[in-house]
Amino acid sequence: MAFVTSFPPRRVTAKPGQIAAVALIGLFLAIFLIIPAGTVIYTAFTEKGTGALTFVNFLDFFATDLFRRSFFNSVYVAGMSVVWATLIALPLAVLTTRFDFRGSMVIQTLGFVPLIMPPFVGAVAMQLLFGRNGTVNLLLNDWFGVRIPFMEGLNGVIFVQSLHYFPFILINLSTSLRNIDRSMEEAAQNLGSSGFRLFRRIVFPLSMPGYLAGASLVFVKVFDDLATPLLLNVKDMLAPQAYLRVTSVGLTDPMGYVISVILIIVSIFAMWLSAVAMRGKDYSTVQRGGGGLMRRSLSRGESIVAYGVVGFILLLVLSPHIGLLLLSFATVWSYSPLPDDFTMVHYARVFDESSVYIKNTLIYASLAGLIDVVIGGAIAYLVLRTKVVGRRWLDWAATSALAIPGVVLGIGYLRTFYGVTLPDGTPLATLWVMVVLALAIRRLPYALRACYAALQQVSESLEEAAENLGATKQRTIRRIVLPLMTGGLLAGFVTSFSTAAVELSATLMLIQSNSDAPIAYGIYVFMQSPAGRGPGAALGVIAVIMVALCTLLSHYVIERRQKAIGSAK
Amino acid sequence: MNMNASTTGLAPSPAKAISIRDVNLFYGDLQVLKDINLEIQPGEFFAFLGPSGCGKTTLLRLIAGFNTARQGSVVVGGVDVLDMPPWKRDIGMVFQSYALWPHMTVARNVAFGLEERRLPRAEVERRVDAALNLVGLKHLAGRRPAQLSGGQQQRVALARTIAIEPKVLLLDEPLSNLDAKMRVEVRRELRELQQRLQLTTIFVTHDQEEANTVCDRIAVFNEGRIQQVGTPMGLYEKPANLFVANFLGTANILDGHVVGSGADRLFEVPGAGSIPIPAGTTVPRGAKLVFRPQYATIGTVASDAVALAGTITHREFLGATVRYGVQVGTASVLVDVPFHSGDALLETGARTSVGLQPSSAQWLAE
Repeated sequence: MAFVTSFPPRRVTAKPGQIAAVALIGLFLAIFLIIPAGTVIYTAFTEKGTGALTFVNFLDFFATDLFRRSFFNSVYVAGMSVVWATLIALPLAVLTTRFDFRGSMVIQTLGFVPLIMPPFVGAVAMQLLFGRNGTVNLLLNDWFGVRIPFMEGLNGVIFVQSLHYFPFILINLSTSLRNIDRSMEEAAQNLGSSGFRLFRRIVFPLSMPGYLAGASLVFVKVFDDLATPLLLNVKDMLAPQAYLRVTSVGLTDPMGYVISVILIIVSIFAMWLSAVAMRGKDYSTVQRGGGGLMRRSLSRGESIVAYGVVGFILLLVLSPHIGLLLLSFATVWSYSPLPDDFTMVHYARVFDESSVYIKNTLIYASLAGLIDVVIGGAIAYLVLRTKVVGRRWLDWAATSALAIPGVVLGIGYLRTFYGVTLPDGTPLATLWVMVVLALAIRRLPYALRACYAALQQVSESLEEAAENLGATKQRTIRRIVLPLMTGGLLAGFVTSFSTAAVELSATLMLIQSNSDAPIAYGIYVFMQSPAGRGPGAALGVIAVIMVALCTLLSHYVIERRQKAIGSAK
Repeated sequence: MNMNASTTGLAPSPAKAISIRDVNLFYGDLQVLKDINLEIQPGEFFAFLGPSGCGKTTLLRLIAGFNTARQGSVVVGGVDVLDMPPWKRDIGMVFQSYALWPHMTVARNVAFGLEERRLPRAEVERRVDAALNLVGLKHLAGRRPAQLSGGQQQRVALARTIAIEPKVLLLDEPLSNLDAKMRVEVRRELRELQQRLQLTTIFVTHDQEEANTVCDRIAVFNEGRIQQVGTPMGLYEKPANLFVANFLGTANILDGHVVGSGADRLFEVPGAGSIPIPAGTTVPRGAKLVFRPQYATIGTVASDAVALAGTITHREFLGATVRYGVQVGTASVLVDVPFHSGDALLETGARTSVGLQPSSAQWLAE
């Protein structure tokens, strides 16, 4: 592996324990991330059967009408989702950062929407609300005699995705706006600028880096998403095609791998583009003692418009949740604005038959979160506090998981571990542990950032003080570093847990039997058939509540801890 | 500097006077500016000096239009600007943080105000060139602010402001983000530039040395009030109250009380001795005795001076002078003695007497 590449001889200052940690983590990342991803890429470039290196698979891909269409559809859907997400996020961001607006808290809370429910969960409910014969179109048809094709084909995917992922733009853009120092604006006013010109020439360009960061994230998320198009029955996009090729044509078909490589390339390209756009542009200009941008009070008329816009957007954003809730209690809901009648029978059925999904989810997500925090914490410590050789490689390797979509990782695991069998003959690839590992690898970059942040808050002098008073490295870590990092580690755990709990793309590839399946898989299976929609929705509601509760609880714990540490100072 | 303003390529209109009358300013219930009255002459380099939180920056921002006052008027060049928005005032301000826009090059930053004024492109370019020439940064026009040193950024901020040919120039702690050596260099340049442009300038600082070295006149602020207005020397020699005496330079302040009356008044410092109060000196109620360390002697007492008995508590060698700390009664007094090579220094713990000319003493109240 790359991190055992020979370096010029240098004085070894690392402790054996540190070297062992680097080696173990390196081995883990190699086996469960780099080799599977590498296998996928390698397979895409080899000829089926002979194994000779070739470009022919890519030529085949672009010669096939379906794949070309899928490629353009994916780009189109991801691009349009960014456009719509921007249209939703921009007014909200400006309103919360530039005006004294009471609704700011509500808008900030929206930031958690993508965390607590993945878009595919609400997709079916959205069809019932906005589809051709959904609530909105039935009403529109009754009143005005028109229907709007919100959910027709690609529109549906764009609609669901942009409603779901706009908070990524909202959060990044708001942060950028808040980090602009007041003097930036005052200097412009002092030189004769005001109003919209000032916004266009100073405020907007300064917030650009944050916007681009959010926008590229949305693009990648939508481009890689497998479950939402599948549930909306849109098959001519890249991720669904990769899944369908591997599951229906088979593991040896090169097209699934070609698509995987394209998904990886586009992910990297989008991230690279936003990195380039942001290079040398740390526009965070807030000065000590300075403040963010000036806030203005809204006039009465403006207030009414602002509340109207926010209310409308809020209603849209919450519509998947509302729809899901209605669906979970509905007896029959079709060709009518609202369900015919309400019932508890779906919940009963879910608790009766499907509690295994819930149990599996709790186990998988907890384990994945735990693995992430342990490995993330270790890498963070090695990078920030030691000089051990190879620590940077660990960081890069772990972070590179960002570029590997879930469906690609799933394919990689199947390809790499299918041949490996346990003594009883079951292939390693289909073992439930693999799902846990895939989830952990996928969430590792985020957990790693949380661990970095947590460790950076612990001043090195606190450790030095402990060592000065006679504590060994290990004891210092245990008695000083870990207790002070708890909040940050917990935050990392919760992010990993809550997103792993509802992730589907890798899971869809790896799960072979219902008894091993987590809740996201259960929802997907239920939602496939009209009769399963009710229980599927009930399961979705349970998933949302589960994740929301965990998130709330951890916020509460972290805040209490922060207060306790703060007051002890 | 005999260059006149036209050689700079920027041709400001004749220098403007600033007249501030009866300004009171509140943050909520807190009054941060109290009865401010100030006349600043055309072309004057004027300093607002005071500790942090004294209101000096608040007043500067009021002039620029970033604060609003409930009462009073701020007249610049004959026009009351208080009801104008900042962008209509034509008052140039250099921000403490410089506030250079990181997404624009140096040239674009400097051009900004001119573009906002919709000047023809040729004129914009000419003035950008002139302003950058003036601060000696023409060769960096294509750089971004982040690629410049602190001193260069400061000059760009200055060029950006003077390019619009403002009526007056406001400088908010312009030297605070520079290192000590740059500070001395830049303050000299600021003075030179101000002289060339003949621009009425207000300089906000908490550093008395800065104010003394570059400014024609200084207003000393404390707790929202102007304590005294005067030239640097005038303020040092004749402070109006204890705050000004203490803030500008080092001052010995001794508690005591007046005894006697008429020509025979004495100021008695408990445990140390009495000083005759020169005839014609007004001693305000509750006044204390104030004198500068270099106006007293130690060990030797001239015939027309008063001796105060005390003990040397510490000694600091400052190079040109030696500073002694002397315990006089309940008060601690500093005495600066010029140092000449070969001088023997007095030892701490020794009994001594401090000599003070009554004419170099002052009696000041809070």
